[in-house]
Amino acid sequence: MKALKRALALLLASILCISFWGCSKPAEETTKETKKETTKETQKEPAKDESQAKTEENAKDDLIVVGYAQVGAESDWRTANTVSFQTTFVEENGYKLIFDDAQQKQENQIKAIRNFIQQEVDYIVLAPVVETGWETVLGEAKEAGIPVILSDRMIDVTDDSLYVAWVGGNFIKEGNDCVDWLAGYLKEQGRENEQINIVTLQGTIGSSAQVGRTKGVEEKLSEHPNWTMLDRQTGEFTQSKGQEVMESFLKSYDDIDVVIAENDNMAFGAIDAIKAAGLDPGEDIIIIGFDAVHAAFEAMIAGDMNCSVECNPLHGPRVAEIIQKLERGETVDKIQYVDEGVFPAETAAELIATRTY
Amino acid sequence: MIRKLRDQLGANNFLLLITIVLFIAMYIAGIIVYRENNFGRFQVFLNLFISNAGLIVAAVGMTMVLITGGIDISVGSMVAMTCMLLAWMMENKKIGAIPAIIIVLLIGVIFGLVQGLLIAYLKIQPFIVTLAGMFFARGMTAVISTDIISIKNETFLKVANAKIYLPFGGYVNKKGVMIYPYIYPSVIIGIIVLIIIFYILKFTKFGRSIYAVGGNEQSALLMGLNVKRTKLKVYVLNGFLAALAGFVFCLNTSGGFVEQAKGFEMEAIAAAVIGGTLLTGGIGNVLGSLFGVLIKGTIETFITFQGTLSSWWTKIVIAALLCFFIILQSILASTKHKRLKST
Repeated sequence: MKALKRALALLLASILCISFWGCSKPAEETTKETKKETTKETQKEPAKDESQAKTEENAKDDLIVVGYAQVGAESDWRTANTVSFQTTFVEENGYKLIFDDAQQKQENQIKAIRNFIQQEVDYIVLAPVVETGWETVLGEAKEAGIPVILSDRMIDVTDDSLYVAWVGGNFIKEGNDCVDWLAGYLKEQGRENEQINIVTLQGTIGSSAQVGRTKGVEEKLSEHPNWTMLDRQTGEFTQSKGQEVMESFLKSYDDIDVVIAENDNMAFGAIDAIKAAGLDPGEDIIIIGFDAVHAAFEAMIAGDMNCSVECNPLHGPRVAEIIQKLERGETVDKIQYVDEGVFPAETAAELIATRTY
Repeated sequence: MIRKLRDQLGANNFLLLITIVLFIAMYIAGIIVYRENNFGRFQVFLNLFISNAGLIVAAVGMTMVLITGGIDISVGSMVAMTCMLLAWMMENKKIGAIPAIIIVLLIGVIFGLVQGLLIAYLKIQPFIVTLAGMFFARGMTAVISTDIISIKNETFLKVANAKIYLPFGGYVNKKGVMIYPYIYPSVIIGIIVLIIIFYILKFTKFGRSIYAVGGNEQSALLMGLNVKRTKLKVYVLNGFLAALAGFVFCLNTSGGFVEQAKGFEMEAIAAAVIGGTLLTGGIGNVLGSLFGVLIKGTIETFITFQGTLSSWWTKIVIAALLCFFIILQSILASTKHKRLKST
């Protein structure tokens, strides 16, 4: 009996052992396979003149290797950002992407960057988990002569030569766009000279999205003397808090014309609150959100929301553009904003299918 | 043959040998598979130490606790609290780097002392005591500041960024620059801690009583060992090492924030178990824990070098390894038991 038990345990142990080795094998096999393929390709058509085959081989060697240290996969926005890189940096475009998911841990990103340096990647792209603590490891990258491009969040370093460029959204412009769209919309409705009362559901106070969007709206507001900002309160970027704050707004003010929610989720909360108060969101009260997530398009199609200002996660093409410029030896702008659109409800139905996040 | 080898080495060294062989096998496999990606470079090996210096310190402390048959799951939170305290004291209170470091190490000792007293003298389960410690330390971190504090203190950054170049094993990079391999002071701290604890466990009375207490508390007591005091000392020392691990961790990230080092204690426990430490106590070796950390680091390196695999595979491979070692340990334990019976 005991011998049987022991044999069973041994068997289990060996199975685990094998399964473990199995994990590390696929990598080996795939490299082998790709190699086979390349040799096949060159062998397949011997009629082709040799120089062409050679350029093909050279093309494989000349791939620009890009290491991307991503934050993680915590939101739809982040996933869309990852996919944008994975679809841009493909072999057909002349790139090889080494992707690392840091699982929201800075120490993992630091490790990944050190490994990128040893692999001698041509470029490192970093979407930092936090703003601090990058001096040491980016110093190592600089010493190794590998340019670093930042995506999404900024870093807090004293020496800004540690990165060549930053790519991200322009929150202030998003705020400006929001006001401009509202002005146009009101004009269309013939309400441009009416007294307009606005409330704002702010994001988490101090976050860069909140600071930028609030400032952007504020800047443009002075152009419209007949508009009044009745109140601003934080809904902390969540639907439930947005609903709560909107309920209290509806109790305090009886003539609200416009709600600006600094992200779509809070706008959804506001829609619920307005419906509960017996009003028609989108008709009685104009609702504008930010981010332009998929659900916002659905709300716009349902007629509950009027507009959403995009916060574009598709950084891949812009980063590729920067890399191409650097490859040609050109200088690039340090701060680069991605293009961001404004999506009014009228266009929602036709655009929803093209939205990737 | 394997049994003969095992009998000669004893269970303790046999498990260690397996870990070392596994590490070497994995590393050689890496060098072969990723030979075009420079896996074989000396710096890649050194990066295992640079990136995991804090974990080495924590795993060494954890091994000691596990040998007594205890556990300490407050380590990760302690690391976060230490980083936050260091950053907060240096940046918001303008305390010098050296006094700040001394203060956090003292706090570590006090923290360990309280946990040790509760465990050794009030006989409360180590898991529960350190669970409370874990929540407390994480909570305190948030109380100190919910913001991210970046360390700008010059002395601190000088130490953190002080590259120590080795005079050999360099390579010429693509741009034709000769780069010599380097380490940071954090690696040296990790190695020194490892050597000291290795010495304590192997060659001092205190070390031997740790093994005795973990092996069988009753017989240790009957032998006249002060079990309570031994346990207390271990937890105090571990509290100190947790704070030191926090300092080393902070040298790497140079900043404090609430979410730092989550799950760090579990990584330390996993490293110790892979290194041949038994959770039931009495068997273990800090050298094994070092290799446990290195194996974890190697798997991570594999995954970044591979480039397309999800980084979550690290966790899955670690899980498989843990199962493998636990089963191996139970086989060893059962055969030992049988032998004792037959004699």
